Amino acid sequence: MSMIEFHDVQKYYGDFHALKDINLDIEAGETVVLIGPSGSGKSTLIRTVNGLERIQKGKLIVNGQDLANKNTDMNRIRKNVGMVFQHFNLYANKTVLENIMLAPRIVLHRKEDENKKIAYQLLDQVGLRSQANKLPAELSGGQQQRIAIARSLAMRPKCLLFDEPTSALDPEMIDDVLNVMKEIAQDSSMTMLVVTHEMGFAREVANRVIFMDDGRILEDDSSEKFFDGEPSNERARQFLGKIITH
Amino acid sequence: MIQIFHSYGNLLLTGFIQTLWCSIIALFFALIIGSGFAILEVTPIKFLRVIAKAYIELFRNIPLLVITMFFYVVIPMYIAKISGFAAGTIGLTLYSSAFIAETVRSGIQSVDPGQMEGSRANGLSFWQAMRYIVLPQAFRYVIPPLGNQFINLVKNSSVLAFVAGFDLMYQGNVIASDSLMSMSSYLCVGLLYLIITLPLSYYMRYLEKKLA
Repeated sequence: MSMIEFHDVQKYYGDFHALKDINLDIEAGETVVLIGPSGSGKSTLIRTVNGLERIQKGKLIVNGQDLANKNTDMNRIRKNVGMVFQHFNLYANKTVLENIMLAPRIVLHRKEDENKKIAYQLLDQVGLRSQANKLPAELSGGQQQRIAIARSLAMRPKCLLFDEPTSALDPEMIDDVLNVMKEIAQDSSMTMLVVTHEMGFAREVANRVIFMDDGRILEDDSSEKFFDGEPSNERARQFLGKIITH
Repeated sequence: MIQIFHSYGNLLLTGFIQTLWCSIIALFFALIIGSGFAILEVTPIKFLRVIAKAYIELFRNIPLLVITMFFYVVIPMYIAKISGFAAGTIGLTLYSSAFIAETVRSGIQSVDPGQMEGSRANGLSFWQAMRYIVLPQAFRYVIPPLGNQFINLVKNSSVLAFVAGFDLMYQGNVIASDSLMSMSSYLCVGLLYLIITLPLSYYMRYLEKKLA
């Protein structure tokens, strides 16, 4: 079953054509990595999936609902589609535990004791139970990102979007975050769409790799073919060559 | 001055209480109305933004006295008679709410946009994100300028004197002309205003430190 379908999607910022003729079909449970040079539209693409960016033309169906339709309830989409940001965007005025429990409480009306139980389970899963009562500002970047992942998971989403989740982190913290993400990818029902430059992660975890440049999808391969075979697109080969030698 | 307090204590006390009441009522409603319009100013809905902007520009750019006279003189002609106290308090509320709206809006806009984005992506509606995440942070930023607005509001309540609102300033005028001791009369009035504004100013500073 398809989780996300793009049909001839176009996205403009004023005159700038940010996404061009995007056609993409992501099955439920797939882990898809999106790579490409900066400004290629990968972040824009991922942000259209939960309606943070609206599309101007085409059809975008997420979890059975068309996001191009103005009457579609975005809040309903976002209940099922979580997002993890480059700069975490944790609630600065709430403790770690409250960050995780707030949305389930006020959006899903989850019972308080169950909510707390789930929150602590997630804190265990990301290895940060001892930080439950701290404020986000008291944590390191890597810890904050793991809390942000736990916050998304607390909504029990069908799909998780990651927008360069490790780009703002110190190198020694990246692995902690990637390990949490790998664990989530093991869950066969979770659809993951990840914008990243971590090629090791892409190779190990992704089912598919999508290469974008200049607002277009230039390559859409299984990760075996992308990394072990050769991408058929010249631009993708160049990019891969550069990113791997570094 | 002691003589003034001695002879006109009752008048000063009623004036003080009227001023205090007017300030408390106006502050309460101006804060609610002002915050409401501040939120409307940043909604994604253009129509609401236009309405908020129109309201704020209207009441911010007309003198308080004109707004108050409108309620004191014009409204009774067409709608219903209202007391000077009510007219002054309504005028003060509307006038102050426009300034408070601008202050709160600047606070909302100084909150990292990632907070709203993170909330929305987490499933919260715009209003939920405002209420639980953005506004609490915005108010922390604007406590010092909001304190200034509150103090201005208390001082501006002296507009009641023009519409027979029986406030401190009104009683001050009465006492000055009755006793012929204008200096002492107005010094007493000034002192009584300080009794309201100084604690308010210290309280705001305390809040600022506590929440910093």
